[in-house]
Amino acid sequence: MPSERVLRARPIDAPFALILRQSNTDRIYCLNAQAEKMGLHRGMGFSDARAYCRDLQSSPADLQADQRFLHTLARWSKRYCPWVGLEGSNGLVLNIAGSAHLFGGETAMVDDMRHSLARAGITANLGLADTRGAAWALAHFSNGPVKAGTPQTQILSLPIDALRLTNKSSIALQRAGVRSIADLIALPRATVTRRFGREVLLRLDQALGSQPEEISPLSDAPHYGVRITLPEPIGLSADVMAGAERLLQQLCAKLKTHEMGARILQLTLRRVDQANQQVELRLARPLRDVGRILPLFQRGVDQVDAGYGIDQLRLEATQVEPLPATQISHSTPSRHKGLDDLITRIGNRIGLENVQRFLPADSHIPERSFIIAPAAYSEPSGAWSTLRPRPLRLFTPEAIAGSGPQPPARFRWRRMSLSVGRATGPERIAPEWWLPDDNWRSGLRDYWRVETKQGWRLWLFYTPQNPGWFVQGEFA
Amino acid sequence: MWVNENWQVGQINPAGFSSFIRPQDLLFAKAKSQTDVLAVAEEALRSGAIPLVVMELSAPINLTTGRRLQLAAEAGQATGLCIIQENMGSNAAESRWRCTPLFDVKDSTLQRWELIKNKSGTLSVWDVKWDAETRRIIVVSKNAQRAGSARAPN
Repeated sequence: MPSERVLRARPIDAPFALILRQSNTDRIYCLNAQAEKMGLHRGMGFSDARAYCRDLQSSPADLQADQRFLHTLARWSKRYCPWVGLEGSNGLVLNIAGSAHLFGGETAMVDDMRHSLARAGITANLGLADTRGAAWALAHFSNGPVKAGTPQTQILSLPIDALRLTNKSSIALQRAGVRSIADLIALPRATVTRRFGREVLLRLDQALGSQPEEISPLSDAPHYGVRITLPEPIGLSADVMAGAERLLQQLCAKLKTHEMGARILQLTLRRVDQANQQVELRLARPLRDVGRILPLFQRGVDQVDAGYGIDQLRLEATQVEPLPATQISHSTPSRHKGLDDLITRIGNRIGLENVQRFLPADSHIPERSFIIAPAAYSEPSGAWSTLRPRPLRLFTPEAIAGSGPQPPARFRWRRMSLSVGRATGPERIAPEWWLPDDNWRSGLRDYWRVETKQGWRLWLFYTPQNPGWFVQGEFA
Repeated sequence: MWVNENWQVGQINPAGFSSFIRPQDLLFAKAKSQTDVLAVAEEALRSGAIPLVVMELSAPINLTTGRRLQLAAEAGQATGLCIIQENMGSNAAESRWRCTPLFDVKDSTLQRWELIKNKSGTLSVWDVKWDAETRRIIVVSKNAQRAGSARAPN
């Protein structure tokens, strides 16, 4: 299934395998049907596989993404029944008792499942039985059409591995000549326990239904939304804020129990004429503090058109982030709370991504010596080191007249005629060949710090491989 | 905090600021229009969380706008600095300066700061230079300046 997850996003009509690095060797983790046809199998060394199959395509496995995908599938499976649990690392178990008739019977339901999954590009092995053990056995070892009947009749002919035994007891049973489940049932129970341990009979009983086995369903993700319905419509902004405060108190209590903080909040105001007004609040930092969030809503609430009045308020945290309680000590850097609120207020006006800060980058190319990151989603970081003076302002290089490797004595720049008083340099900066950059196609640059007699202090460079002079920056 | 409009060419270079302030303390806001620039600056000045707000203005601001900025700065105990073009200043500003870099044979940080408007004092002119070691501005006395200028032709 993991390979199908990758191929869903990027279909490849060739042998394909996912590679997982285990104990210093790349091994095949999952492969598609075409690769299986070429004789490859799971767990095979990747170099061997490439030797067998020259045109094998591969990509590294991502176990966490697989788990996320399985949870997505589990959520999708809730269309069949509310009782969905995980089975191992790549299976789902559904308790469809009481919901099969909604899909026209068990057979129709399994067909529908198989059809929908196939359309999504997933081949599923489905097994349907009265017990969880028998369903597992059928899914893994028979995968045929649904057979009616009790577990006894369904799984008798399956091999002993279908009982979810540990490898050790499975081998021991096969050495004793017990190959199928029917063979095991035929043995006297007392001797089985004495020789192979309690696990074998437990699994057998679970498969046959004489021992109960429960499914633990996945819990729903908590919903961070609260609402209040008013007996009389309100229209004053202070009243709306009072309502929002009540909702925020409930919401923040819920966020606190889950140790989450809201990132995006949406306040929906329903008017008496059923029209909705929405106030969205994007926070610069995950928050669950009523006193800090409430004033931030003021600006949005003031802009709302109340019409004939508002009779329902709904507040939902549409994006939440983990916000664990942290120990405050003298060594924790104190965050400037006012700054975060300021970024939120400004961000709600001009867009949160337009409030930026600079982060140092590891490059000696002046334009790439910093990264611009949204201030709301980054932490200030230090380690700014400048060995040589750098201009305050950078612009795209502007060509000036000049020839030769020495700076020109007089030049015109931005309609000003300037004469050079002092030039410091050159400082040679080579392009970073590993990153393609059109601006650096002209090759090496010799940077000069030029002080003009008119006062301007400019950053000029000369490109020796492609002679020309340019102005790129301005000092204080 | 530095506020400007997003169409303006040129980019402030944090590495260049590192000898004057810590670049990690620098915030940068890109607004769509001058109205947004002024709104952001007012909000930042009033909050008191930011000691200095620099805004780049492309059009003259009227008395009301300037006065609002002035009141916001007073409320937040912050300094607001508008970078404007010549003859574009607002009457509401507390002071107006004209800064020009000066050429000097010895010193490459010399600037002339002219105080061209001052609500609470007289106008004056200073020649200042930046001392990298102590990280502060040093006012160059007229005498030294004259002596330096006298030596220049030699």
